[in-house]
Amino acid sequence: MATSTPAPPEAQPGTASPTQRRRRNRDHLIGWAYAAPTAAFVAVFFVLPTLLVFRMSVSDWSLFAGDRGLNFPTNFTDALDDRLFWPAVRFTLTYTVVTTVILIALALGLAMLVQESSRWTSVLRTSFLLPSALGLASASLLFYALYSPQASPIPGLLRLLGFDVGTISFLGTPTSALISTVVLIVWRFAGFYMLLLLVGLQGIPGEVYEAARMDGARRWQIFWQITVPLLKSSLALCTILCVTGSLLAFDQFYILTKGGPDNSTVTLVQLVYNTAFGGQNDLGRAAALSIVVLAALLVINVVQFRGLRGKED
Amino acid sequence: MSYNWTGRLRGTLAAVAATGLVLGLAACGGGGGASASQSATVTSPEGTDDGATLTLWTRAPLELQAKALVEAYNSSHENQVELTVVPNDDYVTKVGAAAGSGGLPDLFAADIVYTPNWTSQGLFKDITTNIDALPEADTINQGHLSAGTYEDAEYVLPFVLDLSVMMWNKDLYREAGLDPEKGPTTVEEFKEQALAVQGLNKADTYGTYFGGNCGGCNVFTWFPMVWASGEDVMNEDGTESLLNSDTAQQVYATWNELNTAGAIAPGAQDETGATWTAGFQNGQVGVMPYPATLLSTVSKTVDVGVAPIPGVDGGGSTFIGGDGIGISKDSTQSDQAWNFLSWLMSDEAQVDVLAANGTTPSRSDLADNQYSQADPRLATINEIASAADSKTPYAPNFQTAFNAAGSPWLTLIRDQVYGTPDAAKLETDNDAITAALAG
Repeated sequence: MATSTPAPPEAQPGTASPTQRRRRNRDHLIGWAYAAPTAAFVAVFFVLPTLLVFRMSVSDWSLFAGDRGLNFPTNFTDALDDRLFWPAVRFTLTYTVVTTVILIALALGLAMLVQESSRWTSVLRTSFLLPSALGLASASLLFYALYSPQASPIPGLLRLLGFDVGTISFLGTPTSALISTVVLIVWRFAGFYMLLLLVGLQGIPGEVYEAARMDGARRWQIFWQITVPLLKSSLALCTILCVTGSLLAFDQFYILTKGGPDNSTVTLVQLVYNTAFGGQNDLGRAAALSIVVLAALLVINVVQFRGLRGKED
Repeated sequence: MSYNWTGRLRGTLAAVAATGLVLGLAACGGGGGASASQSATVTSPEGTDDGATLTLWTRAPLELQAKALVEAYNSSHENQVELTVVPNDDYVTKVGAAAGSGGLPDLFAADIVYTPNWTSQGLFKDITTNIDALPEADTINQGHLSAGTYEDAEYVLPFVLDLSVMMWNKDLYREAGLDPEKGPTTVEEFKEQALAVQGLNKADTYGTYFGGNCGGCNVFTWFPMVWASGEDVMNEDGTESLLNSDTAQQVYATWNELNTAGAIAPGAQDETGATWTAGFQNGQVGVMPYPATLLSTVSKTVDVGVAPIPGVDGGGSTFIGGDGIGISKDSTQSDQAWNFLSWLMSDEAQVDVLAANGTTPSRSDLADNQYSQADPRLATINEIASAADSKTPYAPNFQTAFNAAGSPWLTLIRDQVYGTPDAAKLETDNDAITAALAG
């Protein structure tokens, strides 16, 4: 049996006939025509804005007065000198780590809980996923009411259960504000990540588990030596999404805390927003901050992808 | 409106950048740069009423008054005004993006404390000649006119006045053994009355409330306590903070004592302003400085008393807030836009529309009107607006120093109310406000 096929004549350079060349050119044109709408979309909605933000970041660009000329590297040095920059970096990283760890662990637990089909599986899956259908801003407003000392039903419920809770300040201290926001985010996103992990779990062949059990593996061993390794791609995807989303956190803090109390929950993106629209109206410095965040995100994502690829290799 | 194509393209790209790039927040405007102030001198004192369509932007808190004004104008004029109400938090962004791309409406209102900044950026047309020609020019609220004056040129007229006053719940006062017809006349009395209500030990009922995480709430309600004491909060140019004075410290100390006594309703420490007025409206708060424009709303649920905001040793003052309105730099219908503005200053608009809706007229000669005669509380509010110690603060960088989330003013308040009063800390915080005011 032949193991190779002779190359078609048109594939050999320099030997194509004019007709074949015309056909090839036409095919190229058709290919470009198919790609053009996407290329134009990317150019208009990604490349151009990115270039513009780079341009803004090196300009004295006011919200009201527009572009007043180049001023590199003033925007960058001013951004790094901002009294809230380093606190915002620390808080954003803390929030990212806390959220990612809790969210992924909980989502994995939920996914394993509803992995097997049973009588209540559909109800549980739907219940866990339901918060994901709510917009983040809407969810934040809902939790704002839940956390409001004047309107919250939570203290009343706790009292009904016999707990003497006194006055609870959900957003009044830096720690409680962080915890309260993490609770919101976990509630809102756990179902979504559960779904991603559930797809990964269901892609693991049952025979693997069966073989492990026949070999006498315990539940914990099966989890660490079979489930986790075979779920690595799904876990990596969830981690990348969660880290990126957390580093770009804005809506929840803008609605729940406005960066308070005492500027303890100012995230990097909120700092960008405040710089652009919060009184300073300095689009140039806000763009410089955006570039810094973009660079940090690129580095973190590249590291994550490399780690993933290295392990897969 | 005149359109600058390249300016619009750059503005559009900036707006795309704002949503398209990874942060989606960095850009929203940009373009042609601040235009030089243009004069909107019109052909007649009343402007032109020829059936033009005018666009008008205002922010959501003034929706009630803005709609009433526009409906009254549209029903009596050939010109027609199309009103756009923008959420409060989005207003600066929207105006900034439009200013950068030459897309401002014919008329737009601005929070009066931001007006000095916006006039200096060239967002409005110079209407000095038109204002001076108004027969009622001398009676128009001076605080708003001053805030809208930049380099001796006038750019805005008062749109809607929003005053801060002391309000108290008469039912709770009766229960606490206080005179329900007599509100506090000094800061000390305010504290005593709040403590008396707190002393009822009634479930879900508290002495007072304030926005502990809301800078804007407290410029609106605390500055008048300093003004009523005969002092000021900033220098005349709005570049130096005077919020470390003995008088100011007594104001902070009062709130600190109320907090220590547990007389401030829970939630004040993390109150961003979103639910600032809810507790009083629900009848759960005894006495607090409150927006006068909400009198008609709060009266539906609470029997309310109204008085000027007192100073440390008496006196009375208010923060004359609200919005000023002007003709935008991008409008090509100045004559028609002025027709709306000149009508806005008329008896018809001020009394039949604004006063009828419980809003203080912008003209002092109309403070005594049929509506204030029917409700002494409205009369009190109108009188406060004209009081010598009632002011609209002027500072080009007001937003950064006071209203912005995490402003140095907010830091000062929280240090003084929730921390241990500390003179050195006060000086540091006051210096930070001065630095922000200086830009």
